[in-house]
Amino acid sequence: MEIFSSLLSGSGAWNPLAWLLAFVVAAVIAYLIWARGERSYKKGTEQTAPFISGNKEPPKGDLHVRAGNLYWGYTDALKGYYERIVPLHSGDMNDYVLWYLGITALIMVIVVVFS
Amino acid sequence: MSQDVINVIIAQSPALLIAIPLVFAFFCPFIGKISNTVRNIWVAAGMALTSAIALILAWDVYAFGTRIYVFGAQAANLALPMDSGGIPVRIIFTVDPMSALMQIIAAITGLAIILYSISSEQRHSGLSSFYTLYLLMITGIMGMVSTGDLFNFFVFLEILSIASAGLIAYRVDKGLAVEAALKYFVLSTIGALAILFAIGIYYGEYNALNIAMIASRMQFTVLDQVALVLIMAALAMKCGSVPMHFWTPDAYSMAPSSITAMLVVASQASLYGIFRVLFTLYNVTLNTATVGWIIIVLGVLSMVVGVTMAIPQKNVKRLMAYHAISQTGYMLLGVGVGLAVLGNQPLMDSFGYVAMEGGIFHIINHAMYKGLLFLTAGAVFFRIGTYNLNKMGGLGHSMKWTMVFFIIGALAIAGIPPFNGFASKWMIYESVYVFNPILAVIAMVVSILTLASFVKVFHSIFMGPKLPEHADVKEAPLSMLIGMGILAVIVILFGIFPEAVVNTLIAPAAHALTNQGAYISAVLGGA
Repeated sequence: MEIFSSLLSGSGAWNPLAWLLAFVVAAVIAYLIWARGERSYKKGTEQTAPFISGNKEPPKGDLHVRAGNLYWGYTDALKGYYERIVPLHSGDMNDYVLWYLGITALIMVIVVVFS
Repeated sequence: MSQDVINVIIAQSPALLIAIPLVFAFFCPFIGKISNTVRNIWVAAGMALTSAIALILAWDVYAFGTRIYVFGAQAANLALPMDSGGIPVRIIFTVDPMSALMQIIAAITGLAIILYSISSEQRHSGLSSFYTLYLLMITGIMGMVSTGDLFNFFVFLEILSIASAGLIAYRVDKGLAVEAALKYFVLSTIGALAILFAIGIYYGEYNALNIAMIASRMQFTVLDQVALVLIMAALAMKCGSVPMHFWTPDAYSMAPSSITAMLVVASQASLYGIFRVLFTLYNVTLNTATVGWIIIVLGVLSMVVGVTMAIPQKNVKRLMAYHAISQTGYMLLGVGVGLAVLGNQPLMDSFGYVAMEGGIFHIINHAMYKGLLFLTAGAVFFRIGTYNLNKMGGLGHSMKWTMVFFIIGALAIAGIPPFNGFASKWMIYESVYVFNPILAVIAMVVSILTLASFVKVFHSIFMGPKLPEHADVKEAPLSMLIGMGILAVIVILFGIFPEAVVNTLIAPAAHALTNQGAYISAVLGGA
């Protein structure tokens, strides 16, 4: 049937159903390993409470890593790039119009010259 | 329903596609005076009917070929009246598989969004105006992708822009939404004026406004080159291509989430306009390598700048808006590669068609998963009242279905198999690699950064302990879940059966776009 055939690109093929089958097999293997795990584990008991070297657990809200703290290293490493690209997004409509007109003029020159 | 009625509906479907949302929009304020429930049923029925007509017309086009509909003619297919001097003087809708594909996108997304909006907008006032503008937005999109007349395209573009600006400003939000709408509207108007100027050039040169007629006479003079650039740049700006994308994050983030999802489709209607002009109006008369590379460069800039600007964002909708820009880059890249090798049949057969199919497939995939993601952001906002990622966390405990839908959308946009985004990106990677490996590598790196960005969003919104300030949060209402569910199911099905979708919907659209002769002869009959 056509719906089960592979997607072809001319140089490669992609069949999501074969991929799904492999995924299911991997999931079954993972389940079998998990099923042989520690049986004395009981959810919601003292076993699952965090142990922070005897210190009191902070409020739940303080434990969540907020979005502002994520990928700090990434943005810091690319600081030079962001220092240039972010100011371009000035929020000023005059800048937006100038960018549009400037790019139109640039494309115009390229198209007319190369044609 | 008798066979005669069905035949009449099919025969009149191009006109009904515009007439139905217009009529339902016109009566919406009056119906709203009766009660909110009746008004909601009215707009849902109007959108359902429009979607049904769009799907019927699309089926007819895919089954029997391009449909011509001439307004005001004795017969709907009479493009050249006896007394017209061989020029199609009336407004003509020309619906080929590419147009039909765009109609399918607008129909499905539009219906899912209206179901979602019934709950998401219930707390707000002025909903009769909101839904009137929404149906006008649908009219504009359907008209843009159906018309075979350039001036008519401009008119529908304006209808879309005016309705969209009104909806972006709908919540006012201390003036911020109005400012975003003003920016969108000013840029849209300048772009529309450029398009109108280009249309004037064509009319002066070729004495026609019909796309097929102008295409059949196209000389690619300097004036045609000027007109091409004016239209291409204006529509590239309208679809949010870098570096003309600046309005996009402002408008997308300030509009209600349901409208943002529809703005994605509106942007794609502009993208359709670029492709229609490049392939149908000009085709091989233009320098395909030069213009193809311009489209490719715009695509690569959009991919890279979009994703890198998305990562540091704190506002979830602004972050998603930058991703929308980034994903538009993939579409431009795929179709740009197809355009760059358009005149070379061996290269087209080798990778050109696959690149175009990948780009076009990405349009429908993007509409589904990006629409879904904006709706999930709206569902979160509906419950906690903020888009600020720093104020979110632990919502996976209470909004499980929204979280599942978000995961589906996030994995799809990041190109993770077996979701639909992977299938179209894979086609783009494979074909673009043959054309230029560096471009394919850039596209893959952008996908990795997209995944990284959505891991951050997922963690920020749904992971972690249940926060005290969100202790009472409940799951989104049922109609919002149904709206998201429709899009999520399509994301999964298109990902699992991509070959069927490509063979049925995408390949005919790509071939219709490249086959200029077939488009011209469908309208002019070989004249």
